[in-house]
Amino acid sequence: MNEMTPTSAERAEKLQGMGCKRKRVEDIRFVQGKGNYVDDIKLPGMLYGDFTRSPHAHARVKNIDTTKAAAVPGVVAVITAETLKTVNLAWMPTLAGDVQMVLADGKVLFQNQEVAFVIAEDRYTAADAAELVEVEYEALPCNVDPLKAMSADAPVIREDIKDKKEGAHGPRKHPNHVFNWQAGDKAKADAAFAKADVTIKEMIPYPRVHPCPLETCQCVASFDKIKGELTLWGTFQAPHVIRTVGSLISKIPEHKIHVIAPDIGGGFGNKVGAYPGYICAIVASIVTGRPVKWVEDRIENLSTTAFARDFFMETEIAATKDGKVTGLRCYTVADHGAFDACANATKWPAGLFSIISGSYDFPAAHVSVDGVYTNKAPGGVAYRCSFRVTEAAYAIERAMDIMAQKLKMDPAEFRMKNLIRREQFPYTSAFGWVYDSGDYQTALTKAMETVGYKQLREEQKKRQEAFKRGETRELMGIGIAFFTEIVGAGPSRNCDILGIAMFDSAEIRIHPTGSGICRLGTKSQGQGHETTYAQIIATELGIPADNIMVEEGNTDTAPYGLGTYGSRSTPVSGAATAMACRKIKAKAQMIAAYMLEVHDDDLEWDVDRFRVKGNPERFKTMTELAWAAYHEVPPGMEPGLEAINYYDPPNFTYPFGAYICVMDVDVDTGSSKVRRFYALDDCGTRINPMIIEGQIHGGLTEAFGIAMGQEIHYDEDGNVTTASLMDYFLPTAVETPKWETDWTTTPSPHHPIGAKGVGESPNVGGVPCFSNAVNDAFAFLGSTNIAMPHDNWRTWTAADKLGLHR
Amino acid sequence: MIPGSFAYHRPSSVKEAVSLLGSLGDDARAIAGGHSLIPMMKLRLASPSHLIDLAGVADLKGIREDGKDIVIGAMTTQHEVIGSDLLGKKIPILAETATLIADPQVRYVGTIGGNVANGDPGNDMPAVMMCLNATYHAVGKSGERRIAAREFYQGAYFTALEPGEIVTAIRIPTPPAGHGYAYEKLKRKIGDYATAAAAIVLTSSGGKVANCSIGLTNVAETPLWAEEASKILTGSALDAATVKKAVAAAEAITSPASDARGPAAYRTKMAGVMLTRALARAKARAGL
Amino acid sequence: MAKSQISMTVNGKKVEELVEPRMLLIHFLREQLQLTGPHIGCDTSHCGACTVDLDGKSVKSCTMFAVQANGADIRTIEGMAAADGTLHALQEGFREMHGLQCGFCTPGMIVRAYRLLQENKNPTEDEIRFGISGNLCRCTGYQNIVKAIQYAAAKISGVPFQEAAE
Repeated sequence: MNEMTPTSAERAEKLQGMGCKRKRVEDIRFVQGKGNYVDDIKLPGMLYGDFTRSPHAHARVKNIDTTKAAAVPGVVAVITAETLKTVNLAWMPTLAGDVQMVLADGKVLFQNQEVAFVIAEDRYTAADAAELVEVEYEALPCNVDPLKAMSADAPVIREDIKDKKEGAHGPRKHPNHVFNWQAGDKAKADAAFAKADVTIKEMIPYPRVHPCPLETCQCVASFDKIKGELTLWGTFQAPHVIRTVGSLISKIPEHKIHVIAPDIGGGFGNKVGAYPGYICAIVASIVTGRPVKWVEDRIENLSTTAFARDFFMETEIAATKDGKVTGLRCYTVADHGAFDACANATKWPAGLFSIISGSYDFPAAHVSVDGVYTNKAPGGVAYRCSFRVTEAAYAIERAMDIMAQKLKMDPAEFRMKNLIRREQFPYTSAFGWVYDSGDYQTALTKAMETVGYKQLREEQKKRQEAFKRGETRELMGIGIAFFTEIVGAGPSRNCDILGIAMFDSAEIRIHPTGSGICRLGTKSQGQGHETTYAQIIATELGIPADNIMVEEGNTDTAPYGLGTYGSRSTPVSGAATAMACRKIKAKAQMIAAYMLEVHDDDLEWDVDRFRVKGNPERFKTMTELAWAAYHEVPPGMEPGLEAINYYDPPNFTYPFGAYICVMDVDVDTGSSKVRRFYALDDCGTRINPMIIEGQIHGGLTEAFGIAMGQEIHYDEDGNVTTASLMDYFLPTAVETPKWETDWTTTPSPHHPIGAKGVGESPNVGGVPCFSNAVNDAFAFLGSTNIAMPHDNWRTWTAADKLGLHR
Repeated sequence: MIPGSFAYHRPSSVKEAVSLLGSLGDDARAIAGGHSLIPMMKLRLASPSHLIDLAGVADLKGIREDGKDIVIGAMTTQHEVIGSDLLGKKIPILAETATLIADPQVRYVGTIGGNVANGDPGNDMPAVMMCLNATYHAVGKSGERRIAAREFYQGAYFTALEPGEIVTAIRIPTPPAGHGYAYEKLKRKIGDYATAAAAIVLTSSGGKVANCSIGLTNVAETPLWAEEASKILTGSALDAATVKKAVAAAEAITSPASDARGPAAYRTKMAGVMLTRALARAKARAGL
Repeated sequence: MAKSQISMTVNGKKVEELVEPRMLLIHFLREQLQLTGPHIGCDTSHCGACTVDLDGKSVKSCTMFAVQANGADIRTIEGMAAADGTLHALQEGFREMHGLQCGFCTPGMIVRAYRLLQENKNPTEDEIRFGISGNLCRCTGYQNIVKAIQYAAAKISGVPFQEAAE
């Protein structure tokens, strides 16, 4: 061996492959203000579109007069539903099998719904003209309470389908009913409850919130009349889906639609579906023959685009008297607003909600979800939720605490007793999900030991006594969450969006000089894909990550994919990347064998080269093989070195975690302060620990916002009262706690690199952890459930109801 | 997001500013730091046809001692209030309050004059000014007059200013050295308007409160000067029973709005809690 | 409304433009000067994504009219790196410490941090968090932004940077 040859370890380090804290490629342009976001795009002749919106939550539209608006100098056109009807676009299909008005067609169904679209030479003129569209409304009674949506006297929201007894997901029992969906075994669950020693039943609400990425939704549509081609730049987490749906509804052939998602300023599920703004911009471009830009403002974003949660979950647990769970039931009312615009796989109108048995070994379980229409903005699945997994995790983690309280057991001990055991993996839940891998006991033990759980409980006991003696006005709460989430949608046998299976893709091409490009069907909105996919390739192919360009978002060049949401990029496209690499590696091996004049099997892989077994000075590096692929391939072999893989995952992946929060509550103001937050996450193989940590920090901060103050609130007249950042709680650096992150690693056995995905875990586990902490502070006084958000006044009110202010 | 159109004027003297406001009528607004007015214009809740920018009027800047008073120019920014050595030494409650207003960027541009003059019940300085018994210098077409802060606020966005008048300076009688003070603000997050806030300035003598003045923020349509509560505490040693009475008197004059910060009843209670906590800090500072 | 002529210095360059009085400074920078670094994230002056440095002050450019900035000296994110392209210590620190993810808040955050470090060369963690309380981020949870600013503070002061133990 030549002493000058770097060792395997040295060469591996230079690759910056999987497992290292590779600095991000995308940062170079972002820290210089050279990102390319949609509103940065400026095209010659570009026009601007702006909406006139309804002040009413529910009203008939008697008349729309656009004369004054159209007369403003600089206004090029004003579009209403009448215009859109001429191209059959007044309504559009949603991703959930419903239809949605693009512009008000006879009625408006939620406050700020789009009524008219003004197109002008500049955005200031468009804003002026939008104010001048005169609309005559006849207000109707409205309903914003989902629990009242199916009462006999509830106002009928969807007159367009009011006589339809069947919806996209089965029979409808009321004009305001969207669907009923059930999973599990009802008879078995009912039997378990009938003979249970102890049961708890609690209505656990999860209020409506909104992902609120810092960049709002926007697009630039440019229809080339001469070529008959549409180019659409936009904030699209799933650009190919937008292209396909766009083609189906506009009738422009799909090959003539170019969808480009450039840099996106945060998505969090807010930018998956299609919005009226996109459709109107496209139609406006077709009508005017010029590019049209639409950029919504923050109030529009918060009050009309994909909201999250709004689930009312009546949750029950049955257990033996010594604390073994025997049954789980949950009946949920789901508020979908005026249209079911959820981005769910078509078979599951309530997403993956049946992950609700969580990390616990429930032998019997059943859930039933009724979706309803109300006079609120449409949507439901968003905000780092993994298709309703956040809702499910919140219900089970609160319910476990409530049961522990009834059993007078410590909540951690109660969980430990019921966690699925490592020997049980792969584990089939009572709902049929096959959890891939996990070692829950190790994770929970590590979390408890690291925070000194026992000592915290002892401290809490002392403080409770001090409180009772009047020596302190602060209460200490300890919150625990042990979550299992289900991500990586998903296997084609049960996952499709509007009929397109939820595989994903990676196409890798290696250039003659040994660097390469990888294009994928996913789309980063800040997750660092340009950095991390290259790390996978570096480890698989021995090419330095710096030599791999990663591209996403251009539907002409990227292989088809279903986009990035639900933490699916690593599980699906990450797998596709590895699989494509392995095809390339296999071809490279054959070339190496040919060049070294040995048999394929005589070669072994060493970091970045194939070497002859037993004769390691004879080797060919991947760089040499790349060059060879373009001029020296074995006879009969095609030149070139590239591969594409469309990966149909055999299963979902199941990341999990143990989170512990220590909270101090000021009883006299209701304000809470996080003293400590520890998060242990297991996402299987860890590709870039720095990026994982960043995802956890960000997700926990969003969870903190949700649990402690966020709410999209409607008053009884349907006015949305929290639609700006004055009132919608986004924590600053001052409120945001410091996060301690930790991990265990149980790889996914079915994933080519054992990775599970992690982006949404902190939101799934964080929210219940904060909420459990606040609830735990008051539990010793007999409180069973205080609902979120745990803002000052609500916490104070709970304390007041417990008589703590006398 | 986009304001309506207006004509922009940038006078270089108070006289010119007042003259413009007088001649351009009701649709003209003065703009100071603009961090109350411009957000309203962007939401089209305010649509002045003329903006009179006071930034070019040098006479509106500056902080000076004037005998027993300190006079602060209306265009002094919150950042300048915090950075003023004079104010830090003589009226420390001002820096404490300014630090609780909005965020660093807003404090660089937002002015103390704007904060006291527009009648927004959420602003923090008005209650402090009532507490300090400040006087506002106002200049209009009929010349200069002085209006006591305690008489200035008449309703939400409704003040004693006549059309065409601007506040040019704030005059504060310098509190005695060693006075106790505190501004205690409950908020949902940093930068928010108060859920409830209490300002207190007091002096001690022989182990008792010699003078006491209390202001309350955002718990009514106007800032409140809690005169009754102040009287109750005067002459006391701030014992628990007296404080409780004063808190009850303060709560009694509140009539907060119910909003996302909380229902009215909660906010009234929080005014009481803020007062209690402000008193504890003021007490310690006064050496009681 | 009739346009007026304004002039100012932006990132060291003198500019002269015609603007409507109501043109917000953020739109002036982004659309008339093609400086798309500062961003718009809200309508109510809360998010700070539009922050620029104006006459030695951190200013939310969405809450100022361009005419008010007549004669000002403005620096945006595009003016943070040196003329030869060397990144400012803050730009380097944000990359080193993973202080950004989607990048949308980053220009405003860095420009604000620049002024913060001028106000206070060696801020504590609490002072940093208070100092950036006018800049919202949805991705990072601020923890690594704090580290990025500490990194830059150390580099500017010429002291070695010690990442605090977790």
